[in-house]
Order: sequence, then C-alpha cells, then structure tokens
Amino acid sequence: MSLFKGEAMRDCGRTNWGKNGLVVTIALGFALVCMLVIPVSSWAHGFAGKRFFPTTFKVEDPFVSDEFSILFSHLKEPDAKTTEIGIDYSKRIIPNLGISIGESYLHQDFTDGSSASGFGNLELGAKYQFLTSAEHEALFSLGVSAEIGGTGATRVGAESFSVVSPTFYFGKGFGDLPESLKFLRPFAITGVIAPNFPTRNSNVTFNEDTGENDIERNPTTLTWGFTLQYSLMYLQSFVKDIGLGTPFSRMIIVTEFPMETCLSADCKGKITGTVNPGIVWCGKYMEFGIAAQIPINERSGKSVGILALFHLFIDDLFPKSIGKPIFP
Amino acid sequence: MFLCILSNTCMGHAFPDHSDPKVGATISASPERVRIWFDGALEPAFSTIMVHNAEGKMVDKRDGRVNPSDPTLLEVSVPQLPAGNYHVFWNVLARDGHRTMGDYTFVIK
Repeated sequence: MSLFKGEAMRDCGRTNWGKNGLVVTIALGFALVCMLVIPVSSWAHGFAGKRFFPTTFKVEDPFVSDEFSILFSHLKEPDAKTTEIGIDYSKRIIPNLGISIGESYLHQDFTDGSSASGFGNLELGAKYQFLTSAEHEALFSLGVSAEIGGTGATRVGAESFSVVSPTFYFGKGFGDLPESLKFLRPFAITGVIAPNFPTRNSNVTFNEDTGENDIERNPTTLTWGFTLQYSLMYLQSFVKDIGLGTPFSRMIIVTEFPMETCLSADCKGKITGTVNPGIVWCGKYMEFGIAAQIPINERSGKSVGILALFHLFIDDLFPKSIGKPIFP
Repeated sequence: MFLCILSNTCMGHAFPDHSDPKVGATISASPERVRIWFDGALEPAFSTIMVHNAEGKMVDKRDGRVNPSDPTLLEVSVPQLPAGNYHVFWNVLARDGHRTMGDYTFVIK
C-alpha cells in the first residue's frame, strides 16, 4: 500500500478480488461501521469559519443549505399597493450544490380602485457554493434561477414568458481586521449580481381600437444588491462580551440594498430598488426578521413598506433525514 | 416540526453561550480553567480547546475536554499565568454532526 495517490491507483489496478476478497470485505465492513458510528462532521448552513451569515430578506443568500422560508412583504408601488407572501424551499443535493423552489401569492389594490389576487410565477433555482474560506470568512457561489412563465396569474403581473438569471453570490465577514479595529469585525457584507434574460423579446397584442398590433418589449435587466450586517452574536462570542442577554445576543442588524437596473427597451438605464434596514434573530432552529422597505425613487414605491421573515433551518431540525444532503 | 422545536429534542449546531473568562475581558488574576458553555451538547471526542499566549505558544495543560457531567461545557486547565494577552481557540462538533469553531482573547493585567 502506498500513501501516494498515483501509486495507490496502480495498486488498485492489481487487486485480485479472489485472493483479497476477505480483506476487502472486512475493510468495507469496517468503513460501514465507521460511517454509522462516527458522527459525520459538516459545516452548518451559512458558516464561513466562525462567521454565521443569516438568511436575509430580499437579497439572496450566498450559501447553499436546507431551509424553508416565508417572507411577507407590503409596499405601496407606483400603480398598486402590493401585499405578497412568498415561500421558498431549498434542498442540498450534495454538500455544496443545492436546488430551490419558490412561489408567492400576491394581493394588489390598484390606484384606479380595482384589486386582484393570485399566484406569481413559479421560481426554480440551482446554486453551487464553489469556494469557502474559513480564515477570511468568505464564501462564493454560482447559480442559475428561472421564473417559469405562464405558471402564475396574469392579473397580478405574472408574465407569460420565462426569465433566466445566471447569478453570482458572495459573502465576506470582516473578522480578519486587525486588533485595533476589533469592534468592526462583527461587520459582514453579502451580495448578488444577476442579469435577467427574458425568453421572449416582446409581447404582441392586437389593439381593437386601432386595429393594429401593439408591441411591448421585454427588457433584459440586471439584479444587483448587497447587505451590510453587524452581528451582535459575533461581537458577543468572539470580540467582547458586553453583557447582552437573550434575545439581543442572537441578533444581527441587517440593512439590505436590493436593486435592479433595466438594460434594454424603453426603461434602459433606469434603476429601481429599496433600502431595507432591519434586524434578524437567529435561534438554533429558526430565524425571525423584520425590516422596513424604503423606496429609492418614485419608480420603486410611494411610501415605506414592511418585510417580515420566518425561516427554518431544516438541516438543524432534521440533521439525519430530510435536512442532510441527498448525497452527503 | 414545531413540537420538535419546542421540546428541544432536535440538536442544532453548537454556538457559544458564555465563557469564563469572558470574551474580551481584562482580569486581575490567572484563572484555573478556561471554560466555554455552548447552547447544545458536544461530542467529546471531536471537540477541542486550546489557550495560547501572545507569542502563539500553547500555555494550557493540554487536558481540554467536554465536562462529563455537563455536555455543553468545554474546558481546559491552565497553570498560573503571568500578566499578558491570551488567545482561546475552540473547535466543536455538535451531537448532530455540525461543526463550529471560534476564538477569543482575554487579558491578565
């Protein structure tokens, strides 16, 4: 037997099953017992070293995990007051690769006095966490998500075409700052950047009044956003115990900046977005959060809205069944 | 699911609850032990704690362990330590297999 990889491979090639079958069987049996008896070690959701990144409201998480979220949102947009309840379930296939499915139900009160309710389009996604640095409290992921056209109600704005979004995610804690800046170490940022490509360039509808076709172009847009976080958990556990008790010792102050820039069609160059200052509380199995939504301009909203998050860590709740990767 | 949450029968990753000496504390005399209490039970065989001095030299008595009567307590003995800065490193495995790690400093004046 050799400890060198290449030589080990060659040794494998020379294995005679008949001669060594008993040894191999014992080795496999020992390995199986080890797998069953010795606890499988894995890093929990959203950790990079000692940094815990919480799930945030509107800006997608940069990590892969087994989780279930419910997000409530209310905002007075330019043409309607929109109340939305979104659910999202994420499941790891292997430790660094996960898939997700999301759906939302909307109620809109339009400025003309009418209202509408219905489901939005189904959203599917896949994400691969390709780099995690414990030392630098950093993690990076690539993914792709798709809003499946025609699966939601057009009366609440669900489009008949799909939108595909290749996405880059990142998270970085400031725990590697020098000792003189130790009270800045609880800061962290996360972010996301994703172009959104519609699968149809335009919608054509017949206008009975003019007798001509109306053409509505579907723009390509760029989603970009980031969060700035200050973790009281981190402060209390790794920097300075300032005597925070429950529930403050498990809180993280989060401000989100979810933005979208239109890249084509009539809206080209225009930005919409909100600034969402809020706070999350992270327990062992769940997370709660609440934030304000402050529109950055009139295209984004007319008054301050609200966000509320309820989140379950499925990997902590059910670590040996539905909470672990399908192929651990 | 909610029964599971409320009854605390599930085991999530372990996170420090409090410690002695406290994180970032300045104390007047050497402690006998460095102790960290976690919010969940630890796997003794896969949980470690070390204390280094300002030069990076390990100064604990190398007897770090999970307390047999309290599986949430990770502790290590230290000799009479002189004044200086000390750095505690810990790495634990919760009963559910999730690993967490961390470190903090304290000062003896």
